[in-house]
Formats: sequence, structure tokens, C-alpha cells
Amino acid sequence: MEPVTMAKAINLSLRDALANDDSVLIFGEDVGTLGGVFRITDGLQKTFGPERVFDTPLAESAIIGICIGLVLRGFKPVPEIQFDGFIYPAFDQIVSHVAKYRNRTGVSMPITIRVPFGGHIGAVEHHSESPEAYFAHTAGLKVVAPATPGDAYALLQSAIADPDPVIFFEPKARYYLKEEIDTAREVPIGRARIAREGTGVTVVAYGPTVSIALDAAKAAEKENISLEIIDLRSLSPLDMPTILESLRKTHRAIVVHEAPVFGGFGGEIAARIADDGFDLLEAPIERIGGMDAPYPPARYEKLYLPDVDRILEAADVALAYG
Amino acid sequence: MADVVQVAPADDPVRPLFSPAGELTAEARATLGLSPDALRDLYHKMVWIRRTDQEALNLQRQGELGLWGPYQGQEAIHVGTVAALRETDWIFPSYREFGMGMCRGIDPAEMLKLFRGVSHGPWDPRTYHFAPLVIPVASQVPHGVGFAMGSRFKHSDDVVLSTFGDGATSKGDWHEAMNFAGVFQAPVIFLCQNNHWAISVPLAKQTAGSIAERAQGYGFPGIRIDGNDVLGIFAAIRTAAERARRGGGPYLIEAMTYRMGPHTTSDDPTRYRTNVELERWSAKDPIPRFRQWLEGQGLLDEAALAAINREVEAKVETMRNRLRATTAPAPGEAIFGRVYQHPSDSFLEEREEFESSLESN
Repeated sequence: MEPVTMAKAINLSLRDALANDDSVLIFGEDVGTLGGVFRITDGLQKTFGPERVFDTPLAESAIIGICIGLVLRGFKPVPEIQFDGFIYPAFDQIVSHVAKYRNRTGVSMPITIRVPFGGHIGAVEHHSESPEAYFAHTAGLKVVAPATPGDAYALLQSAIADPDPVIFFEPKARYYLKEEIDTAREVPIGRARIAREGTGVTVVAYGPTVSIALDAAKAAEKENISLEIIDLRSLSPLDMPTILESLRKTHRAIVVHEAPVFGGFGGEIAARIADDGFDLLEAPIERIGGMDAPYPPARYEKLYLPDVDRILEAADVALAYG
Repeated sequence: MADVVQVAPADDPVRPLFSPAGELTAEARATLGLSPDALRDLYHKMVWIRRTDQEALNLQRQGELGLWGPYQGQEAIHVGTVAALRETDWIFPSYREFGMGMCRGIDPAEMLKLFRGVSHGPWDPRTYHFAPLVIPVASQVPHGVGFAMGSRFKHSDDVVLSTFGDGATSKGDWHEAMNFAGVFQAPVIFLCQNNHWAISVPLAKQTAGSIAERAQGYGFPGIRIDGNDVLGIFAAIRTAAERARRGGGPYLIEAMTYRMGPHTTSDDPTRYRTNVELERWSAKDPIPRFRQWLEGQGLLDEAALAAINREVEAKVETMRNRLRATTAPAPGEAIFGRVYQHPSDSFLEEREEFESSLESN
């Protein structure tokens, strides 16, 4: 297969899901005629018709709220929230119902909520946020964030097939990353991957920060520093065995995400490493993320977001121990 | 060309059944087509759910239940609504529709597990076509609309009854759901049980306008009716449901009633409302009203009344005994058992650790 962008890989994955399972429905703001503001659903309404791929009124809470009834009626909804910063009106439906309905009734909720997330796109306010920690904190949900086109295709297949609700975060700044993909390859939810092997410091990343971590590893190599990059792919459930296995080699860990560090998902990873891998550590766990300030105007986003230099500095700090 | 102004569809088969004040007309009442047995059954069910409500209140006071939310005064709506629907139609209730659940065939002793603190949802909604009682106000309204949209996609003629109180109409979810229903022409009947109080806040402070008339802004009809007349409720719901079944789209019914009891057993209504108001509404109590009507029609005599009371007392006693014999699920199952269909290893480990900590204590 020709190399495809992540945007195209997600489009193909949605197309295959619609073709393979009549109960799959795709809906949201502008996803029908337009094909989504990022064109992720491009052409799907044309192929599958307006009863399976449709535009909704501009109302995020109802977009998620109707999913509950659609599941009870026998459908598998795959709604799109147009941007990360617009998910908050739907927060109550996600936390109070999508996450808890099975616990309340015994009826599973196979709902996959797609959300483009993260910055680096020079956008106005509310278009560059990383709200994943809110959802990873919510029992009853699964939370995933692919970093590559191939994983995006496969993880989306797993998410739609999963009987439990999944929040599917798409790193929008990586929509145009290209690679050859193998649509037969399976990526189960809850399984991290080693994006690059190394021996000096483990860097745990997900979504948009994986490629930054890989760039950092290349730069570090020139200084004879070896970084092992873990692409989590799944935040909840979290693949601790893969992280601990890496630490048995490196004994040092850095966690990188775009969300603010305080109360961020990196804190959970660091705490779990401290609990389960305390004896493995030779240095404090470094956390790199956005600042504890709201996402800045676009002109400042490069300063706010994690970059290669901040990862290299953290690696230097970690390596100075022991 | 000027923008087209959408107006509510002319197709409103409900309105001709009611006077401008929302009373079912004598003519409509005479042509409902309910048999004497069916009419007596409506009365029987109203008495049964009221007696159950009182019993639940007693059980709460005896410590058998942690909380109770009485629905006294709203029985005509609970009974009339369920009687007007088909069994395959779905009901999406808020938290006060215990009586509706009973009329749908759910064992009240099972339902009471919710208030006993042993389950968040003790029945499978798919068995009774009765969704769980939902506590966050108005958040269940989009669920019903989604189900109704799905009915259209499946070309089914099942309709949805979505019910909520007057307070719910202040919420964004209510507006979003009404709007979706209009846009997708979803077969859903919105039933506002306007009981005049949202805990301590009276209707006048909840909204400055008419609830029923809002339907027009969403492109479908609405009507305000007497919510304490079981036959009026029956006629309105059945007619709106038939309209939805044949593709007529949503309908909003605002049923005027009164919450005669407190919001819940944790509430004290003497702090915010007067006895005068309560007495005024007691005169419109749906149960004596319907009894008098049945007696006037020669459909209910003292022997029949006594038989109903005996039967109801027996059912309540069964419920009380079954409730007291309720077994609670084991803690591990209660806390972890239904969260995920495919739980992760770490989730299962946490459950296991918790369960073994219980064993070692």
C-alpha cells in the first residue's frame, strides 16, 4: 500500500468499520456533506448515506447524549467532537452517563468518541487543548491516543469493536504524518509500543509528543546519549509492564505530554513508576508538559509546548544521577 | 426572497381533544374506547402506586431505605402514560417515575434496591423498555431522542416517551434534545410533569414563559393539559404517540400537576411553601377525582373498591417482605462487577486485592 497520512488512515478505518458493521453510525458537526473540518470523514456520507453518516445541530452535549439511546436501539455510535476545546459541554454526558451506564444498568456502551487534540497548529483559543487527563481519571472509560497512521487505523478498529466506551484522541498536528500501513495488523487497547529502542533514559510519550521524543532521540544520539521512546497509545488502561520493562534497562524516566504538568496524566505515570518500580530508579522522574497556564495565543505555543531541547535537558538531569 | 419562517406543523390531533384550559372534552372522554375493566384497572394502579409510595416513605423512616422521593399527586400521569403506550415503546424517566416503572411490570421491591443503597439500577432496561431512573436533571432527555432517532433509522414504529419536570426545562440538555428531535423528526413524546416545584424553587422563578408553547420554536406542536386527569393524560399520550408512529414527529405535553410531598425525605417543604397551596391542590387529587367519575358512570361500587384495596394491601405486604429479604451483592461484585465488559488486567488486580483484603480482615 502507498504511504497514507494519519488523516487518511482514520478515514479508511471509519470506512471499513461502516462497511463491516451495519450498526456503526458516524455523526457530529460538519462530518456529513463537508467531510469534517479536517476532512477525516471525507466521502463517507456519499458512500454510506445520510442515515449512517450525518450532520447534527451544533450541540456537543446532545451529540454525546443521543449515543446512549442509539446504543439501546442497537447502534454503535462513533461521534466526532470537532475540537478538544469544545468537548466540555459534553462532559456531563460522558462522565455521568457514557462512563457509568454499564455500571448502572449492566448494558454495555460501545461508543467511540473521536476528538482531535493538541496544539502546534497556530489556531485561535479552544483549538489546541489536551483534556485527556479528565477522561483518564473517569472510571468506565477507555482512553487512547495513537501517534502514527498505522496505529490510528488499527486502534480505531479496536475502539469501535470494543464493547466499552472509548475516547479516541487524534493528534491533529500529526494528521499529515505519512507511512505505509498494514490494515490487517491489530493493535489492542492497553498495549504500548517501543517506538525506538535505547539504553540511557526511557521517554514515555503519547499522541503528538511521540514524534518530538523521536526527534530528541536522534539529536541525543549525536551526543552519545541513548533514549528509549515508549509510545503509550493507550492511557487507560495503562501498559505498566512495558514501562517497567524499559526501566529495567535504563533506570531513568521522562514523561512528556502537551497538557499542563500539574494534575496531568504524567503524574499518574510517575506515581505508578514510583510504586511499582521504585527499586529500578536511579534518578527522579522528570515530567515535561505544557505550562500551568491556559494554552497561549498561537504566537507563543512553541514556547509553551514540550520540544526537543526540553527533553534533552531532562535527559541530562536524569543522567547526572548515579 | 425573505428567509422562510418555520411554523409548527398544522398536524395536531391532540389539541382538538382538549378545551382551551387543557381539560379533556366530554366528547373525547366518551370516545376513548376503554372497557370498564380497563378503566377500573387505571384506578387500581393509581391506588397501588400511591399506597406503595406511602409504604416506601414508612420504610425510609424505619431505616430500610436511605432515601425516598415521593410522587404523591402525580399518579394520574404515571398510570395514564404507561397505559397509553405499547409495551415496545420506550420510556426514559427522570428520578420520580417509580410508579411508571411499576406499571411497566418492574417488581417494586427490586426497584427499591436503588433507594436501599445496594444498586444504582436494579433492572435491565431492555426487559421492560424502561430506562434507568436518571438523577442529573434533564440529562436523560437526549437519550430518549437518540433512541427515537434510531427507531427512524430502523424504520420501526416504536416511539419514545421522554419525561422530566418543570425544572428540567431550564437546562441546556433539554433545549438541545428538543432541537435534535425537531431536526430529525424523531418519534418522541416529551412529557413535562409540571409539578410546580423544583425542590424549593417555584415555577414562577424557574421560567418566565410557557413551557408548552416552546415546542413551536422547535418546529412541533405542544399543549398544556390537566395532569391530574388520568383519562386526559391517556388521551393526549396515545394520540401524540399515534402521530409519532405514523411519522408525524415529536410532540410536547405539559401536564400540570402538583408534588404533594417533599422533594425527597431529606427535604422540608414547610420552609418554602404554604398549607393553603397544598389544600388547593388536594382538592384536585387525581385519585378521588377519578373514583368519583367511575362511580358516576356506575363502574365502581363499594364491593369493587374493597376488593381493590384488599389486593393492593396484599401487594404492598409482599413488597415489604421481599424488600426486607433483599440480599445485597458481595462488595467486589457491587463495586467492580459491571464497570467494564472487557476490564483490563490492572482493573481486575485492583478488584482482587480489594476482595482479598476483605477476606483477611
